[in-house]
Amino acid sequence: MSDPVSDPVSDTATQGTAASVDELLRIATRVADQARPGEELEVYASRGVETDVRAYGGEIEQLASASSAGVGIRVVSDHRQGFAYAGTLDERAITETLAEARDNATFATPDEFLGLARPDDVPPASLDLWDDALSSLPTSAKVDMALELERRVRGGDPRVRQVDAADYGDMAAEAAIATSTGITATARRTICSLSVSAIAGEGTDSQTGVGFSAGRGPGDVDADHAAHDAIERATRMIGASKVKSGRCVVVLDSRVTSTLLSIISSALSGEAVTKGRSIFAGRIDEEVACPLVTLVDDPTDARAFGASTHDAEGLACRRNVLIDAGILRRFVFDTTSARRAGTASTASAVRGGYATTPTAGCRALLLAPGPLGADEILAHVGEGFFVQSVTGVHSGVNPVSGDFSVGAEGLMIRNGVLAEPVREGTIASTLQRMLQEIVHVGNDVEWLPGLAAGQTLAVDGMVLSGA
Amino acid sequence: MSERASGTALLVDPAVVERVLGSALGRGGDFAEVFVEDRQAIGASLDDGRVEELSSGRDRGAGIRVVVGETTGYAHTADLSEKGLMLAAEAAAAVARESGGTRTVALTPSDPSRPYDVTILPEEVTKARKIELLARADDAARAAGSAVTQVSAGYGDSRRRILVANSDGVLVTDDQVRSRFSVSCVAVGDTGMQTGFESAAFTVGFELFDTVDVEEIADIAARRALAKLSARPAPSGEVPIVLASGSGGILFHEACGHGLEADHIAKDASVYVGQVGSQVASPLVTLVDDGTIAREWGTFAVDDEGRPAQRNVLIEDGILTDYMWDYLRARQEGRTSSGNGRRQSYRDLPMVRMTNTFLVDGDSDPAELLAQTPTGVYVAKLGGGQVNTTTGDFVFGTVEAYLIENGELTEPLRDANLIGNGPETLRRIDAVANDFATSPGTCGKDGQSVPVGTGQPTLRITGVTIGGTAGE
Repeated sequence: MSDPVSDPVSDTATQGTAASVDELLRIATRVADQARPGEELEVYASRGVETDVRAYGGEIEQLASASSAGVGIRVVSDHRQGFAYAGTLDERAITETLAEARDNATFATPDEFLGLARPDDVPPASLDLWDDALSSLPTSAKVDMALELERRVRGGDPRVRQVDAADYGDMAAEAAIATSTGITATARRTICSLSVSAIAGEGTDSQTGVGFSAGRGPGDVDADHAAHDAIERATRMIGASKVKSGRCVVVLDSRVTSTLLSIISSALSGEAVTKGRSIFAGRIDEEVACPLVTLVDDPTDARAFGASTHDAEGLACRRNVLIDAGILRRFVFDTTSARRAGTASTASAVRGGYATTPTAGCRALLLAPGPLGADEILAHVGEGFFVQSVTGVHSGVNPVSGDFSVGAEGLMIRNGVLAEPVREGTIASTLQRMLQEIVHVGNDVEWLPGLAAGQTLAVDGMVLSGA
Repeated sequence: MSERASGTALLVDPAVVERVLGSALGRGGDFAEVFVEDRQAIGASLDDGRVEELSSGRDRGAGIRVVVGETTGYAHTADLSEKGLMLAAEAAAAVARESGGTRTVALTPSDPSRPYDVTILPEEVTKARKIELLARADDAARAAGSAVTQVSAGYGDSRRRILVANSDGVLVTDDQVRSRFSVSCVAVGDTGMQTGFESAAFTVGFELFDTVDVEEIADIAARRALAKLSARPAPSGEVPIVLASGSGGILFHEACGHGLEADHIAKDASVYVGQVGSQVASPLVTLVDDGTIAREWGTFAVDDEGRPAQRNVLIEDGILTDYMWDYLRARQEGRTSSGNGRRQSYRDLPMVRMTNTFLVDGDSDPAELLAQTPTGVYVAKLGGGQVNTTTGDFVFGTVEAYLIENGELTEPLRDANLIGNGPETLRRIDAVANDFATSPGTCGKDGQSVPVGTGQPTLRITGVTIGGTAGE
């Protein structure tokens, strides 16, 4: 119903008035300097520029360019905390936000443990998380990458019926933090990604597969990898059926492992632990997992997508060993939860942007790799169920009780190799039991967007439900 | 225009909007739109017996969309000056290829009927009164039993004023006020820890608390956690399910709601493609999406593309009657939007979204329905869910469930996910009661979250796979 748009995009680089990270720090410092006697002030200022391109049917379906900035102000006075934010760096709005945060603090209940971070002399790691190639990449090149991704998936296998979304996305984010307690810090990072969703089928059966590739800049993303990933995942599910219920060994795909680690991380948060909302509360130095499990949160590892020089309170990020050969050694703390627990911050404050206050959380989890690759693990397992993807994670996993029940699709493992596809199943256990019953940790570490790396993981004793 | 609507129109001068739209189409293009949003929100939380935080904020900005053929360009700005809007218009128009110029756009203001008049604007209520609700909830939850060890309570209100104008001459505003209250509890017993949650959320002002009792919300959350302390693992495998009234509208949201969104249909990414006029569910199923219902969580006067909210019958007596449409998908089919174009904020492109999606009442008596179910699982409350629209496979989690034995509820069950296939599950509904009730939810799609309502009477499904660990 309309003309094809062959080359609709001009070669203008991303729009926006670039406030450098130094400008953000100047703004934050100027406000933090207004602290009154007896008052602590924390000012977090951030800005981000994004481009998203979606290709469909050989054309650009959507091209969105976005830049946003904002400020979040935390006030602690008389052991009470108040917070306010504004989606702008406008000076008058920031003044109003400060007044609002101060007013909000008067309504909180005093809490002796509340307070802002103080400099602790840990030097920040030297990390290069910023790819300048992104800012000089013309929009037309981004469009071409999305179109090429779609072409590769559509042309990659005769069983591919549809590519419902082929997306290029990038983001450059900068943040600065300043407090009246002497903290000044800045952090910046870029991310560039390709993701594609394929629908493949035969007869009346249609199955889906999502593939992606991500890195710091355009040179790190691989359209072939993303396309192959999507095609393989969709085509190998064709003909899937339900299975009979029973207990078996489950082998998790690296993406599923990453999801599992993310869930476990919420129970390792000092905030959850000090408030009695964690399966790990009170279990430091106890065996919480089998000896194959060593879990480290290391935001100073530049390969992690969650890598950062500083945490969300401005302390230098550091490596924290959480579980060492099955023994629970440490939780992650922000300043307030650390004080509540009688310890020091592990520089693990995280925040969802300028509109939220910091809390304790992981950024860059990695399970120490074992000796075997994915195929070797399948061969060792012999008979079981390989989980390609899970659904209902937010509704079916409870990090407080440990109950674990999620929708799952994947392939049966027979004679040590992948066999027939299975859909509409669930896998269930408890997080506590799963950690004890890990039988193989893969050596195939894959760095994934999010807060945990992935690798193949085999877990025994899980209940697979089907027909 | 009504008094409130004209207040909203002042977000940006309509004469400026006309010039911005004219400029947005200056390089060609079929359609341009300016969406202006001013959102104020306040949230208060109590945890561990303390009011931890009162947080407030404001986000204001505009998003500009230019459609050229099948291509959409989008840009947004927090700068609502004419200069800021013109810059965003230029960025959005980058998908058009003609050389620069302007077109003339003339706007005609309209004032759609409002589903509900807020009687107490939250901004006119003191922070102290909002905080006081939290302490009352804390006391009530702890009074439910000594095994309740942690209580967190949350209060939130938001006022979202929007202006939508487009090159078809539409100029409308809306003023959406929402209020919510939630409580979650942890209880500790011999078997470990369990959690319980309950919330009330409506598109109303502070008058919410004239009809909603925070102590009752707290008590329900606490009892949910306490009941599960003695819970046994849920069964595994396929079982009959009875869903309590208002517990699980999320079932329809996932089992067919998403699959009836026209963007999935247009890309063959739904099991419901080509099914209009076909039997897709049991004849007992009549499913409606209705953004006009006063007070409900997914209600508004106009959607985020300026279309008035409307009532859309999606499935009637088991026959699929229509999909849900936004501007873009409706235009491709030469029809009008069904008022389902929504977006999370001015930073986001609109897309097809549900409003309040519910199954209407049947004839059965809920007590008789249960009595006539010899064995199965009774779901008193569902948590979230997720669906793959292409295959129709969906999951939804229980947060309060009981075993049914000889037509009666016996033991409580630990949380589990249920998994089914949309069309299959809808055909397996063999009884629908007459006790309709709603519950609020947050729907996520393509990274955007919007408030939605769900609702349904008590009903029975002859077989759904439940993912517990018992009985293997």
